Amino acid sequence: MDGSLPATATSQIIAGHRATRIRRRQAVVAALLLAVAALLALSLMLGQSFTPPLDVVHVLLGHDVPGASFTVGDLRLPRAVLSILAGLSFGIAGSAFQVMLRNPLASPDIIGISSGASAAAVFAIVVLSLDGPLVSVFAVISGLAIALLVYGLSFRNGVSGTRLILVGIGVSAMLESLIAYILARAPAWTLQEAMRWLTGSVNGASLDQAIPLLLGLVLFGGILLSRAGNLEAMRLGDDMAAALGVRVARERALLVVAAVAVISIATAVTGPIAFVAFLAGPIAARIPGISGSILLPAALTGAVLVLLGDYVGQFLLPARYPVGVVTGALGAPYLIYLIIRANRGGAMS
Amino acid sequence: MSGHELRAEDLGAGYGERSVFDHLDIAFPSGRITAIVGANACGKSTLLRTLSRLLPARRGRVLLDGRSIHHLPSRELARTLGLLPQSPVAPEGITVADLVSRGRHPHQGLFSRWTGTDERAVADALDATGTAELAERAVDELSGGQRQRVWIAMALAQKTDVLLLDEPITFLDISHQVEVLDLLTDLNRSRGTTIVMVLHDLNLAARYADCLVAMAGGHIRSVGAPEIVLTEEGVRQVFGLDCRVLTDPTSGRPMMLPLGRHHAQRDAGAEPRLALADETLPREQP
Repeated sequence: MDGSLPATATSQIIAGHRATRIRRRQAVVAALLLAVAALLALSLMLGQSFTPPLDVVHVLLGHDVPGASFTVGDLRLPRAVLSILAGLSFGIAGSAFQVMLRNPLASPDIIGISSGASAAAVFAIVVLSLDGPLVSVFAVISGLAIALLVYGLSFRNGVSGTRLILVGIGVSAMLESLIAYILARAPAWTLQEAMRWLTGSVNGASLDQAIPLLLGLVLFGGILLSRAGNLEAMRLGDDMAAALGVRVARERALLVVAAVAVISIATAVTGPIAFVAFLAGPIAARIPGISGSILLPAALTGAVLVLLGDYVGQFLLPARYPVGVVTGALGAPYLIYLIIRANRGGAMS
Repeated sequence: MSGHELRAEDLGAGYGERSVFDHLDIAFPSGRITAIVGANACGKSTLLRTLSRLLPARRGRVLLDGRSIHHLPSRELARTLGLLPQSPVAPEGITVADLVSRGRHPHQGLFSRWTGTDERAVADALDATGTAELAERAVDELSGGQRQRVWIAMALAQKTDVLLLDEPITFLDISHQVEVLDLLTDLNRSRGTTIVMVLHDLNLAARYADCLVAMAGGHIRSVGAPEIVLTEEGVRQVFGLDCRVLTDPTSGRPMMLPLGRHHAQRDAGAEPRLALADETLPREQP
């Protein structure tokens, strides 16, 4: 062929290119891990008062430190742990949906899955007086049911991304009014608690709330990560993925179930923290040097967003706001930008 | 020669209520280039999709070396039979080397590492398609012809002995069309890859394919060497078009010239001239 290099030279180029890609990707993941660690350290040390690092370490090791044990051990740590786990969940599930449907608007918090899980959690807590793992189970079932409903309603000779998104937005709006309705009817419901189910919050976090989140992440997040290769193949289009040996329909069903489970479990605890699922993937994808599967970087980006959003909401604004208000304020402009860009392009996909 | 035999027996497929074809029987010559031709909506792309299991067979079966592809594990099938679909999607910002490496997907297990074999396959694919110089470029930045070569490189990296291509040259200009078909011929000659492709251009199909399959209305009208399939009568049956078939002076293969309503009456031996300039434009005054 025209002036191509000898095979050995080409292999060297490929190997070098591949090594660079892997090295850059590892650097991105390491930087994100570092950001999560730094934000964790910050939120453990600095709140209303400053706790010296040594005291924080003592508290984490289980020693009793007068003054610090309560603030760090009972207030800050559960809150930070919950923020990280919820962020990881929203980030990985949101980006799995976006990659699978090849559309940044196809995130579970736009297409109604988060509001489905949230509505179910509110219903379970307020109307059925349930608590603990049962609420999670309820939320997961409801999330899956909504996913199925949105898919069914947008099915007409196959499912187009645009139709699915529009149907999802409609379903989402209905579910949000359902949440508002239940909350309004509930007696003695505090504004803080109401905000949790409308925009998401990690207020009043405790470490036992983190257990279902952790289990959900290990099991269903693990499934998502193990399918990352097939998900990457599906980015090339369904036909190409099938030609590469991916059983697309089966794979998609598995991915949907796992992603819905991860996001519903998280939503049942923290509420639908606004736009984290929607933002994490696109932000991670724009980090210079990123390549390959977006799932892990997006999960870490989600954790950064929630930690940062909650910190800003608690301490850097004139009043205390739940994390969802801050992430919502970040996400809304990006949503508008995407819709404007999609309309200019003439289509949403 | 690869020695893989691909054939369809009593094959039927369709979409929704509509059946596109019902009782197709065809065997594709092993180690040869076959082009499927026919009018729009004649079922040629559907046939290709059914052969590659993108579309389920409603009846009959597709056999690869005598084994039904409908029961083969997906990855195993993807290591023998490759497909380049009509419109694959290149993820934003992906580099050529990265994209071509994706062709190794069916050769990799859940946790298996990238090996020297994978690397060699990708390097060979880049070399064979002349895209080695583009390895570190982003696919978005390439021209249509370059991009199509990259997709073919990806299919090559998959190292399948049978390669199906759905309209591989449709959106390319003529020089890139020839370039891609030359490349596929190189591949066929050097590796013995069996190639089956859907083509629109009858003359290019006749020039590059060893075997033509002409389809119309969900049926196979004729199969065989270009000289047998590309005849004036054959084109009339398949496309409902009158044409004249000549022998291509460079390749010795048949080539056809369509006869439209406006250019039908001229004798075969008449001298070529520009009808428009002669007959319809006002003459220049002396």
